[in-house]
Amino acid sequence: MSPDMMVPWFKNLPLWVTFVPLLGVLALLLVPKEKRRVFELGALGITLFDFFLSVPLWFQYDRGSAAVQWVTDLSWIPALGVRFSVGMDGISLVLFLLTTFIGVIAVWCSFTAIEERHKEYYIWLLVMQTTMLGVFICQDMFLFYLFWEIMLVPMYFLIAIWGGPQKLYAAIKLFLYTLSGSVLMLVAILAIYFLQKKVGMEPSFAISRFHEMAPYIAQQAPTYGILLALAFFVGFAIKVPMFPFHTWLPDAHVQAPTAGSVILAGILLKMGTYGFVRFLLPILPDATKALLPWFIALSLIGVVYGALVAMIQKDIKKLVAYSSVSHLGLCMLGIFALNPTGITGGIFQMINHGISTSGLFLIVGIVYERRHVRQIADFGGLSKRMPVYATVFMIMTMSSIGLPGLNGFIGEFAILQGAFQAFPWAAVVATSGIILGAAYMLWMYQRVMFGPLNEVNAKMPDLNARELAYFAPLVVAAFWIGLYPKPFMDILHKPVEKLVQQIDPKFFEAQRLDEAQKAAARTGQAGMAAPGAAAHGGH
Amino acid sequence: MHTHLWLIPFLPFLGFLAMGLLGRRLGRTGVAVIGVGTVVASFALSLIAFAAMKAAPGQRLELVALDWMAVDRLRVPFGLVFDPLSTAMALAVTGIGALIHLYSVGYMNEDEGYPRFFAYLNLFVFFMLILVLGSSLPLIFVGWEGVGLCSYLLIGYYFRTDFAPAAGLKAFLTNRIGDLGMVVGMMVLFAHFGTLTVGELLVKAGGLSPETTFGVLTFATLMLFVGATGKSAQLPLYVWLPDAMAGPTPVSALIHAATMVTAGIFLVCRLAPLFELTPITLTVIAWVGAATALFAATIGLAQRDIKKVLAYSTVSQLGYMVLGLGAGGFAAGFFHVFTHAWFKALLFLGAGSVIHALHHEQDLFKMGGLRAKLPFTFWTMLIGTLAIMGLPPFAGFFSKDEILYLAFLKSPVLWGMGVLGACLTSFYMWRLMALAFWGEPRDAHAFAHAHESPRTMTVPLVVLAAGSAVVGFWGVPEAFGGHFQVGRFLAPSLTYGQTAAEAVHHHGPAVLLALISTGLAIACGWWGFASYRGGLALAEARAARWPGLHRWVAGKYFVDEGIEKVVLGPVRWLGNLLWKLFDVILIDGIGVNLPGALTRVSGDLLALHQTGRVRNYALLMTLGALGLFWVFLR
Repeated sequence: MSPDMMVPWFKNLPLWVTFVPLLGVLALLLVPKEKRRVFELGALGITLFDFFLSVPLWFQYDRGSAAVQWVTDLSWIPALGVRFSVGMDGISLVLFLLTTFIGVIAVWCSFTAIEERHKEYYIWLLVMQTTMLGVFICQDMFLFYLFWEIMLVPMYFLIAIWGGPQKLYAAIKLFLYTLSGSVLMLVAILAIYFLQKKVGMEPSFAISRFHEMAPYIAQQAPTYGILLALAFFVGFAIKVPMFPFHTWLPDAHVQAPTAGSVILAGILLKMGTYGFVRFLLPILPDATKALLPWFIALSLIGVVYGALVAMIQKDIKKLVAYSSVSHLGLCMLGIFALNPTGITGGIFQMINHGISTSGLFLIVGIVYERRHVRQIADFGGLSKRMPVYATVFMIMTMSSIGLPGLNGFIGEFAILQGAFQAFPWAAVVATSGIILGAAYMLWMYQRVMFGPLNEVNAKMPDLNARELAYFAPLVVAAFWIGLYPKPFMDILHKPVEKLVQQIDPKFFEAQRLDEAQKAAARTGQAGMAAPGAAAHGGH
Repeated sequence: MHTHLWLIPFLPFLGFLAMGLLGRRLGRTGVAVIGVGTVVASFALSLIAFAAMKAAPGQRLELVALDWMAVDRLRVPFGLVFDPLSTAMALAVTGIGALIHLYSVGYMNEDEGYPRFFAYLNLFVFFMLILVLGSSLPLIFVGWEGVGLCSYLLIGYYFRTDFAPAAGLKAFLTNRIGDLGMVVGMMVLFAHFGTLTVGELLVKAGGLSPETTFGVLTFATLMLFVGATGKSAQLPLYVWLPDAMAGPTPVSALIHAATMVTAGIFLVCRLAPLFELTPITLTVIAWVGAATALFAATIGLAQRDIKKVLAYSTVSQLGYMVLGLGAGGFAAGFFHVFTHAWFKALLFLGAGSVIHALHHEQDLFKMGGLRAKLPFTFWTMLIGTLAIMGLPPFAGFFSKDEILYLAFLKSPVLWGMGVLGACLTSFYMWRLMALAFWGEPRDAHAFAHAHESPRTMTVPLVVLAAGSAVVGFWGVPEAFGGHFQVGRFLAPSLTYGQTAAEAVHHHGPAVLLALISTGLAIACGWWGFASYRGGLALAEARAARWPGLHRWVAGKYFVDEGIEKVVLGPVRWLGNLLWKLFDVILIDGIGVNLPGALTRVSGDLLALHQTGRVRNYALLMTLGALGLFWVFLR
């Protein structure tokens, strides 16, 4: 066989991975709805298969290149300049893999939690999976917007059907909140699309074309860029969510079933941060820089505000939800540092938050499933009855508060180092999150797990094999990233470098210059040390 | 090549894994063998490394396994460094650690969480060794936070009580405040030097004259010192250490007296050349240390819980070490870390032996007359007391004297504070001894059942006592005809990377100062002993004469209550306020639900006239038409 015959399959791997869940849905549609076990195991099998199918991408990815890889580019709506164009770079890749990874866990944790309408439930989960994966692979704005919006539909149903007592309020709030942001974003996308016509180009929705528009946007009136940036900002900030656009999140999390929370925290929120990295920064670098003080301020408010509010929550799930606001505030701070360390840290924080916060929602799900209550005051002293659970809970807590050796630290550390180089005082303020994060998490842990054991909880069973099985990969991932994050850093290296150059073409040149100057100052000083000291001795 | 060196930290880690994963399946003996064995093996390896270091002074070995982090300029290797400072510290950690592990075999014998306890203890030793041996600040920080985690877990070891987990939380959070300083310090150093590897930092900083980066370095070192105040329980972050005594006594001895709490002093020594460049920081350090030494000693005077006395004593002794650092005597500070590890571990284990004998009675006022019942415990604790009060030639004398002498050179006021603290130390230690071992038994029942501890507990006591008696000779100061060998040994570490290391010559009335401080300490010790030997009568009379003063001192100056009122309460109040004001009222109320409600209300209002009755529509049409007529035909 000629090598050409082999290429397409490999080249299209991300596409396959994206649509395998949807193909699975087609198969599941044929099964009668009473066969609960088929849906459970079927969905698990599909997501597992999908995950293993996505693993080769990790090895195939060319780390030496910043280019978009596995490109598939087909004509779709030529009249509008829309193409079915997919592919990934390192930034997309890590989030793509996170999605296939979390997908398995989301399915697996639902087996006993979901007690009605199994067929629809697992089908929505799988549809959700395809739409989320789609967001990370698309290289066309139109396609991106399509996935981005469709994603809301399965999430809406997951909350509205299988959610808690106020599920409808939460689901509608989530939908309207995000939709209003998305519409603003659509306006911005169309504005840039039509700008292409104005500057005499054949208009296209290709993301690469949008990136190329950066200099043309810069030539327009400053207000133009700023308005576009604000539109993108609101669209993404709602999804992240950044203060003050975050109030949909606690409601959605509290009402959502465990798997819904896991997906929300694990992947959905990352769409917002991903949007910033992929669109706002490279397309509108100048406007971003102009608005940076505001963005930084909102990120910082998110860090501190989220933590303070998390501290006084009485519902465990709500507490974890507010902790997300705080963690993602830090993530945004890293991204807005606009230097490689900060942005890499921000992307790490996305992955880490996906792992540890998903883990924490699963943790809450365990006790909720057993007792159908979630108030901190309802528990206490569980450590004695549930030692394995206590251990996993402790690891996830530590991962969430950024204990070195676990994943959370790597992101936090890189973010703070990066942010300090850009905005020293912002970084110093953000470190307060280190204290507050430990405070609300450990205080909660203490009240739930330590102290005297309540009678009602005396019969709570520890984790069973299935539960342990879906926690294990999260724990392994937390340790892997904490102990040896370098493979991820290698994958992110080139794309982040390219991004920084898009934002500030002179960044690396300036950095080299600065270092040379410092080195020169040092050698100069060393040579001058003796006479300098003598001169000062005279004073 | 140097595989055996890697084993030093990783053996205890393997022990932790084995005990953590297999747990009860190992059986008590299995746990004990693995727990003690790994640490002993690691001690033996440290001893070999230490011997090699002694044979070839000035050696510095950096082992690098792989890159831990690599983003842009931020490159952190996963590496260990073996130099005089780290090897000496590793030796102390594994040595004292091994003894305390052995002691725990007896002390925790009846505890059901045996494997959990040893797993945590081994994990602690691992992290402590990472802290000590780590070649870069982030790696040191891994150990730093790791020991904090173990401390948290072990303080809260009796997790079914209310107070132990609360004490653990307090320790962790107070330490986190310090960690903030450490993180900020790292950020400043990285932004300025572009590296966080200790060796590179020191070399880069060594090339600078103090003036060039004065501000940056002062800020960075001050921030690092904030980290040190957290871990080493200095004012104002000392509050967690006394509460940490809620943990099992071997933990108090190992973590909260001998090793972990000295991490702050170690950190400053590790970066000594940086601190050397920042005189302002050193002055701050000296005053904080002296103040802590004195302040904590006063609280120690009036505590009833035997472990609390020792805890405040630890805070106070840590203050001396910090004072030593601030006076520019990094070697002196470290030397006190070293001697203190011996005698404070001894005192804690002795206290544990008493507590064990009295079936977990910790109240000194219920003890008394135990001298004959617990001979090993009594004699070893006596040696510990002599060492901590600074009686020559016991260990504490040489190290404390060197610190006080350097303090005198910096400022006689610092010396005065130090000497006063030493007097108080001597007083409360002799008070403790008198209350526990002399006089009439004040709890007849407990006394009747008291028995000397098993061999696994008394052997470590004897070894530690022997150490407390002799380790001081490693650093006999020059004024007493010695060579302060510990200083010479450490010198390559403490001056690493500096271009011109100047020899410091001390001038001062060293012997006279030592005579004064020792004489005063002996007098105060006698005073304390005489006051309490006969029972509580004299003490109660004194408390009655100065009720206000006694209430303040015994109540630890009500610092904890103050923190609750001034910090914790307001933070919770603020959290509640923010949540109600922004989330509930402003954003959700006015921003989200109000438009939603308005939409619904306006829809409902408009729907009112959609009645479906033709006569209503006809009426409206007619009214509308009349209205139009009135407008146009008026």
